[in-house]
Amino acid sequence: MTRLMKGMLLATTMLAPAGLAQAQETQLVIESWRNDDLPIWQEKIIPAFEAKNPNIKVTFAPMAPTEYNSAVNAKLDAGTAGDLITCRPFDLSLAMFEKGQLAPLNDLKGIENFTDVGKSAWTTDDGKTTFCVPMASVIHGFIYNKKAFEEVGVEVPKTEEEFFAVLDKFKENGTYIPLAMGTKDQWEAATMGYYNIGPNYWKGEDGRKALIAGTEKLTDPQWVEPYATLAKWKPYLGDGFEAQTYPDSQNLFTLGRAAIYPAGSWEIAPFKSQADFEMGAFPPPVKKAGDTCYISDHNDIGIGLNAKSANADAAKTFLSWVASPEFAELYANAAPGFFSLNSTPVKMEDKLAQEFVSWRENCKTTIRPSAAIVGRGQPNLDLEMWRVSANVINGSETPEQAGAETQKGLDSWYKPAK
Amino acid sequence: MSAAETDDIDAVPARRPARWHIAVFLAPAFLVYTAVMILPLIETLRLSFFNVVAGQMQFVGLSNFQTLFGDPRLSADFWNALRNNVIFFIIHMLVQNPIGIALAAMLSIPKLRFAAFYRSAIFVPTLLSFVIVGFIWKLILSPIWGIAPWLMDLVGMKWAFAPWLGKPETALVTVSLISVWQYVGIPMMLIYAALLNIPDEVLEAAECDGITGWSQFWKIKLPLILPSIGIISVLTFVGNFNAFDLIYTVQGALGGPNGATDILGTLLYRTFFGFQNQMGDRSMGATIATVMFLIILAGVSLYLFVIQRRMRRYQF
Repeated sequence: MTRLMKGMLLATTMLAPAGLAQAQETQLVIESWRNDDLPIWQEKIIPAFEAKNPNIKVTFAPMAPTEYNSAVNAKLDAGTAGDLITCRPFDLSLAMFEKGQLAPLNDLKGIENFTDVGKSAWTTDDGKTTFCVPMASVIHGFIYNKKAFEEVGVEVPKTEEEFFAVLDKFKENGTYIPLAMGTKDQWEAATMGYYNIGPNYWKGEDGRKALIAGTEKLTDPQWVEPYATLAKWKPYLGDGFEAQTYPDSQNLFTLGRAAIYPAGSWEIAPFKSQADFEMGAFPPPVKKAGDTCYISDHNDIGIGLNAKSANADAAKTFLSWVASPEFAELYANAAPGFFSLNSTPVKMEDKLAQEFVSWRENCKTTIRPSAAIVGRGQPNLDLEMWRVSANVINGSETPEQAGAETQKGLDSWYKPAK
Repeated sequence: MSAAETDDIDAVPARRPARWHIAVFLAPAFLVYTAVMILPLIETLRLSFFNVVAGQMQFVGLSNFQTLFGDPRLSADFWNALRNNVIFFIIHMLVQNPIGIALAAMLSIPKLRFAAFYRSAIFVPTLLSFVIVGFIWKLILSPIWGIAPWLMDLVGMKWAFAPWLGKPETALVTVSLISVWQYVGIPMMLIYAALLNIPDEVLEAAECDGITGWSQFWKIKLPLILPSIGIISVLTFVGNFNAFDLIYTVQGALGGPNGATDILGTLLYRTFFGFQNQMGDRSMGATIATVMFLIILAGVSLYLFVIQRRMRRYQF
């Protein structure tokens, strides 16, 4: 009885779309969390692809970022996911590949256009199999309102001391909220705060790898100090920042009410279309003048093939195109702030995007510490860091407690390879 | 053969033909309800006894429950969610239901003008989507764009304003009160109907005995609407322990800040479906769902078998 019932329920949901797909051309559906980019895909990227491949029709189907993984996993399990799956970096996509939900792409035409570093986020631990085509990385830093800086008469800060001096000036002046960030959504505090300024403390890749190797702990000073710095941001945030959401912060900045926005480069495109003042960007300030600077240059987005896709050939055509320099240039300019991982250099028109990318020349790059390997278990380190970063800024936890709590969570499941 | 038939008819003279139409008419509802409610419920209960062991779904007995209550983090999350949920329920019982009863009592005053208008106006939020309610209140209470700080400023109360939804101490109470605002119409309507059901003769008899005004409410009306209050309490209990939507729209799936508004529903959502980088864990999700089911079952049984039996009912 149960089986029959299940069969009927399944049949009605599965067969309905199957009947529609009988048409001449092949339909491809892309699952994505980039709902901000919907117009870019619909107006620029997909038409460019369809012009070359008239018999393939592509639909971009994005959803809310925080719901993406749970929804797409459920869809993959149920067999209703789209043909192309946008890949989160590292452990999340790796888990999908290990479950056989993503197809290996080693022999995909065009995958040779990427370096090993570019592919690292979507390659198995042994480095043998790549399962997503790398699309872009994002860089963290601070975006500032140039007009506000001129009005108040401050220079772009290079060191932490200068940074806080600038914030003090803005606070004294009173016209602008010095820093546009809230803690309500929690992830801002970690992603724009801890992951943004942290690499300068834990020395980028050195610290991240040492954490994975177990030679450094989250309770070590280089991992706790960034929390202490975050806690010092509190007086410079807007009134009621505890209830300020991510869109609130974005709007405060683009409406010209805030001076500095702790940012990820993905903000560039939406900010450009909304703000009517000139914007500049600076990398996370170093502790002392002359220190090596480290930036978070995080492989953020890739695209893979649903192993159960009925249109695998058409999907592979699309993926090869995504791997081509043509796509790299198109995407990097249509969505400035998403920097191509293609080994062919890409010319970008956008000034602000160029500014972000220029930091790669002087600073050492790293990825977010919670993304690879230590982000695999329960409790999830990334979510833990969201929570404690928000707590530290709210003042409900000390930096030391934050470090101890995250380390305790990590210890509960993670045993570094000896 | 025919003799036996006649015998039968003789033995049971009032035997009616088989009433097939009952089964036929019940079938659609029964099938749909079974497919969308009962089967999933049984499947969920079953799933809570299974887990993935070495890549295979296996029967693991009660070990999921052991993990839920034994693992220090998971159990801390669970008890935190349960405690918040109990507070959420208590606030509804202490605020929503008394206000609902008071409103109903006022509406049933025969001389009240615009009663129909008040009744609809108070009931309208209940009809609104929780998404709209959540969004509106988030905007009203927003320290940046909200109307609340401005209104409070007008009456010189700006000092009392705080980002209530963002502070761990106040967030749960605030969300509970938003929920109260939305659903206060339901107890009001039920009690209102119960109050209208009280025959005039009873009230007139009371008046003859000199029981009027407040004492009439306490001594006559309240005992007569007690069964309705009981039903409302059960509905509130079930609704609150199943709650998820409003918290999710106002505070997000993490039940922030720092888990202050995390209730069983949001904990279940995060565990079952996963959230952001946390992977979904169906078995553990089903385990939490089972515990929620048991909590609600226990509460409802307590009402049905203990409280309802002792309640006195009056027939008019």
